[in-house]
Amino acid sequence: MSLLDDFLIRAALAGLGVALAAAPLGCFVVWRRMAYFGDATAHAAILGVALSLAFQTSVFAGVLAVALTMALTVSTLSGRGHAVDTLLGVMAHSALALGLVAVSFIDGVRIDLMAYLFGDILSVSRTDLLVIWGGSTLVLGLLGWRWSALLTATLNPDLAWSAGINPTREQRILTIALALVVAVAIKVVGVLLIAAMLIVPAAAARNLSTTPERMALMAAVIGGFSALGGLAIAWRFDTPAGPSIVSLAALVFTLTALIPMRQNARS
Amino acid sequence: MTLISLQDMSVSLAGQTVLRGVNLSIKKGEIVTIVGPNGSGKSTLLKAIIGAVTPSAGMVTATPGLVIGYVPQKLHIDQTLPLTVRRFLSLPRRVDDDRAMRALERTGAAALAGRQMSALSGGQFQRVLLARALLHDPDILILDEATQGLDQPGSAAFYRLIEELRAELGCAVIMVSHELHVVMAASDRVICLNGHVCCEGEPEHVASAPEYRALFGTGTQGALALYRHEHNHAHDHDHTHQHAHDHEAAT
Repeated sequence: MSLLDDFLIRAALAGLGVALAAAPLGCFVVWRRMAYFGDATAHAAILGVALSLAFQTSVFAGVLAVALTMALTVSTLSGRGHAVDTLLGVMAHSALALGLVAVSFIDGVRIDLMAYLFGDILSVSRTDLLVIWGGSTLVLGLLGWRWSALLTATLNPDLAWSAGINPTREQRILTIALALVVAVAIKVVGVLLIAAMLIVPAAAARNLSTTPERMALMAAVIGGFSALGGLAIAWRFDTPAGPSIVSLAALVFTLTALIPMRQNARS
Repeated sequence: MTLISLQDMSVSLAGQTVLRGVNLSIKKGEIVTIVGPNGSGKSTLLKAIIGAVTPSAGMVTATPGLVIGYVPQKLHIDQTLPLTVRRFLSLPRRVDDDRAMRALERTGAAALAGRQMSALSGGQFQRVLLARALLHDPDILILDEATQGLDQPGSAAFYRLIEELRAELGCAVIMVSHELHVVMAASDRVICLNGHVCCEGEPEHVASAPEYRALFGTGTQGALALYRHEHNHAHDHDHTHQHAHDHEAAT
């Protein structure tokens, strides 16, 4: 295991782990227009950080619990006809603000807030790596298992019902996957850039794809490339790693956006 | 043979009663059309049949193993979702090329297999949706305003296709429509709905029923008069028959 002694190798593996799970999930976030939903869940994570420090549990567990609560609350409330964008606006920023206030109460431990807001990929430990790859595998497993049902429910809830699929259940599975990705990504890109890891590679993959499967695959490739490339840039030019990863993904998006959409392309 | 029956079924959505005490049974091979003003619970009735809404009272029973082919009212496919017609047909269950092409040919959409769903015209889209509903040899086709967005010749052709399919496959058809004049001619049975079943029977019978005319106008029962009412769903709220019609109840 001497390879994992190198912090750069650990960082690369962590970035790759997050990117691979975030990309296909990000496709659903894009298709279902849940971008703001992803943002809200991620912002709530800082509250999870504060709580886990206060109760001295693992950050992963704290973030997962809060992100899950947040995501389930929003998806339940929005199902009851509340205006979703207002609801998300209220909950996302309240959770972020509340989290920042809560963190200030925790003295004794001097915590580096920046590390949670923008990630601290270079300090990833072996345990973190295990958590990240465990979470990512779980997310990919969930998505792979429910793929057809999730796609059908994304197209139209009634179409799903008529095929014996409960769209509410599928929505819940996406919600759980989202909370998992937020919890594993916080160390890598931080609270403020998690949504970018979900959306940017998926959006960049759109113009290169004629089927949903290809889009998910391309998003994973672009996400993985951005993670490794961003890390290399950060190392070479001494820039912050998380933002460098997202910047590179944004560059790929810009390049693919120049390709005219292949609307009528035959697959 | 009865495929689906509703017994005294009521549905409430968000605290509002949308359907009250609906009794209905669909037999093998018949074309049943549901007409009614906006907000009369037509779509809700179909949703209850496919299981998308749960009745608050009463029962929906279907023959075990019943295969339903469902054509939704509207299907918006987001520009961000790349999806070919062929791939769409394999959702959620994979179908082989042979079966997919046969269904597309049946609805005149064979040339569209490689096209992106979001690039189809309204008429092409409806044909693809219908092809998808036919894939698994349905016992019953359920169509919710399937001709929305089609012009008159387009929807007339669509209904002719439905009749042909019924003759060919022997499936039952239940559909909701605004286009009274076209639909009435193609149906074996018409159900006039307004929160409850106002009247039902053969098209001629329903068209002359006082309950129907209270909803769709008191003028002549000619096709033209029916057609005119399609554009204006103003109803005579002072009509005298004894049912309470709460038009605002459902949306």
